[in-house]
Amino acid sequence: MRAEPELAGPRSGLLTGNKSLTRWKRVLWDRAVVGACYLSAALVVLPLGLILWHLIALGGSGLSLEFFTHMPRPVGEAGGGMANAIVGTLILVGIGGAIAVPMGIAAGIYLAEYGRGKFAGLVRYTADLLSGVPSIVVGVAAYGLVVVPMGNFSALAGSVALAILMLPTVIRSTEEMIRLVPQSYRHGALALGAPRWKVIQQVVLPAARSGIITASMLAVARAAGETAPLLFTALGNRFWSTSLVEPIASLPIFIFDYARAPYEDWNRQAWTAALVLVLLVTLISAILRITVRRIRGA
Amino acid sequence: MSLRSSRPITFDAVYRGVLLTAATCVFLVVALIVYETAKGSEMSIRAFGWSFLTTTEWDPVAGRFGAVPYIYGTLVTSAIALLLAVPVGIGSAIFLAELAHRHVGGVVSFVMELLAAIPSIVYGIWGFFVLAPFLRVYIEPWLIQNFGYLPLFSGTPFGIGILNAGIILAIMVIPTIISISREVLMATPRSFREASLALGATRSEAIAVVLDAARPGILGSIILALGRALGETMAVTMVIGNTNRITGSILSPGATMASIIANEFTEATEALYLSALVEIALVLFAITIVVNALARILVRWATGGRREIAG
Repeated sequence: MRAEPELAGPRSGLLTGNKSLTRWKRVLWDRAVVGACYLSAALVVLPLGLILWHLIALGGSGLSLEFFTHMPRPVGEAGGGMANAIVGTLILVGIGGAIAVPMGIAAGIYLAEYGRGKFAGLVRYTADLLSGVPSIVVGVAAYGLVVVPMGNFSALAGSVALAILMLPTVIRSTEEMIRLVPQSYRHGALALGAPRWKVIQQVVLPAARSGIITASMLAVARAAGETAPLLFTALGNRFWSTSLVEPIASLPIFIFDYARAPYEDWNRQAWTAALVLVLLVTLISAILRITVRRIRGA
Repeated sequence: MSLRSSRPITFDAVYRGVLLTAATCVFLVVALIVYETAKGSEMSIRAFGWSFLTTTEWDPVAGRFGAVPYIYGTLVTSAIALLLAVPVGIGSAIFLAELAHRHVGGVVSFVMELLAAIPSIVYGIWGFFVLAPFLRVYIEPWLIQNFGYLPLFSGTPFGIGILNAGIILAIMVIPTIISISREVLMATPRSFREASLALGATRSEAIAVVLDAARPGILGSIILALGRALGETMAVTMVIGNTNRITGSILSPGATMASIIANEFTEATEALYLSALVEIALVLFAITIVVNALARILVRWATGGRREIAG
């Protein structure tokens, strides 16, 4: 069936290292390489399986109504929940989203519809750059930009930090979704005499709307799991926060504190909080991702 | 243009202005981050100059700060992460692009996306409570017994330490390597595969041809993964043990640039102490910018600009 090795082309020596191997050696080598690829894929699935299993095994028992509705108890008292942390996370992510989504979508529209010149290239480049900035660096910057001038750790500072992290994803996915809208839509509307803003607002955006919304929600959901930028912006709080300029509790910070505490009961609660956080983030991400894929038709 | 000149201020111009403002804000945000970290580290830069990057002493009480232990920790953990993640990641990418049945491929892609969606802190808690005891009881004693004569594997099995951080980082960066490598592999022309198979190459030889063509893009994905690993904070902070000594053994505890900031930022009461931590953030920022820029150039080149990296 197979031709002599010399016929396999000059590159065939790349993996075999030797062009004059006999056929069975080549077949054996082929099996080994293909087998290694299968093994790699299995190795990727393994840690996810383990992590999910441990999350359920160690955090599942703590899942109860009390966890969602009660406040943290002091050390030594059993039970209690993380109601304030769950609400806190939602507040932080909500405000962060309220800042990042409109701004990101507007910038995304600009890049997709007007973005030809040098300035657009610069914006695109900085958005890319922003997506590569470590979240801890964003936290340090938000500390200097918001916490220091306001004189206090606050929910607002945490939200700003999260908003900065959401921004690049919202921008680039908006741009991508708008670019998927066929040019003929724009040409048709322009030919009918509609001004540019009306074309974008009433023809282009409705066509791209569901994709933009899903992708933005994805960015917002991802930010719910961010911990590092909250360490010195939102700080954390064992009580209810009644004001946006006070420190606020959040699930990630609770996990961090409770996991490192020397109390077994707190460690258990950290696992439950981790399970809740993963359910929150991955469930939303998974649902949204499937929706995005359907929209892209890929 | 001629239409616009007849009506000087149209709603079009206003609309465009609003969008332009938003785009400018994005640019401003990045500029502010640069300005803030630069301003915050001014005091430390003045006090230590370049010696900040060459001394190992970290003594908040005496007011002397050097970043070497953390730069070392960051580089070593990232190196371990890449050593583990690159073969597995490229293998999986080949599996997904060349070998997998459509449905199996779909499952693996889904798993990969879930891995990417799990928050860093959750990897941290898993590494702390599950991986650390496993390493301490099974892996590290074995390493010490068989390879203990190498300084790299000497010491006591703590479970917590540089090795643990490296493994956790490997799991965290694998999705990056796989998704981009697969994209790059798929972007190579079909004719490469068909031609080599038609010439009698085995599957692995055809893969070698495709890999050769996809090399710059795969390299790009690895460098991008490196960028992620360098800046990763919470998972590492939980499992690395946080000491500022350099011991040369991957079994011993250490610290990275990100973990030292996470650990000590709220404790830093002295202005100089705080400034030193901000300078570490600035250095980390600079390193990740260079690494990411390099990765983007390679990936864009390899895929002919079809792959945009976002998020």
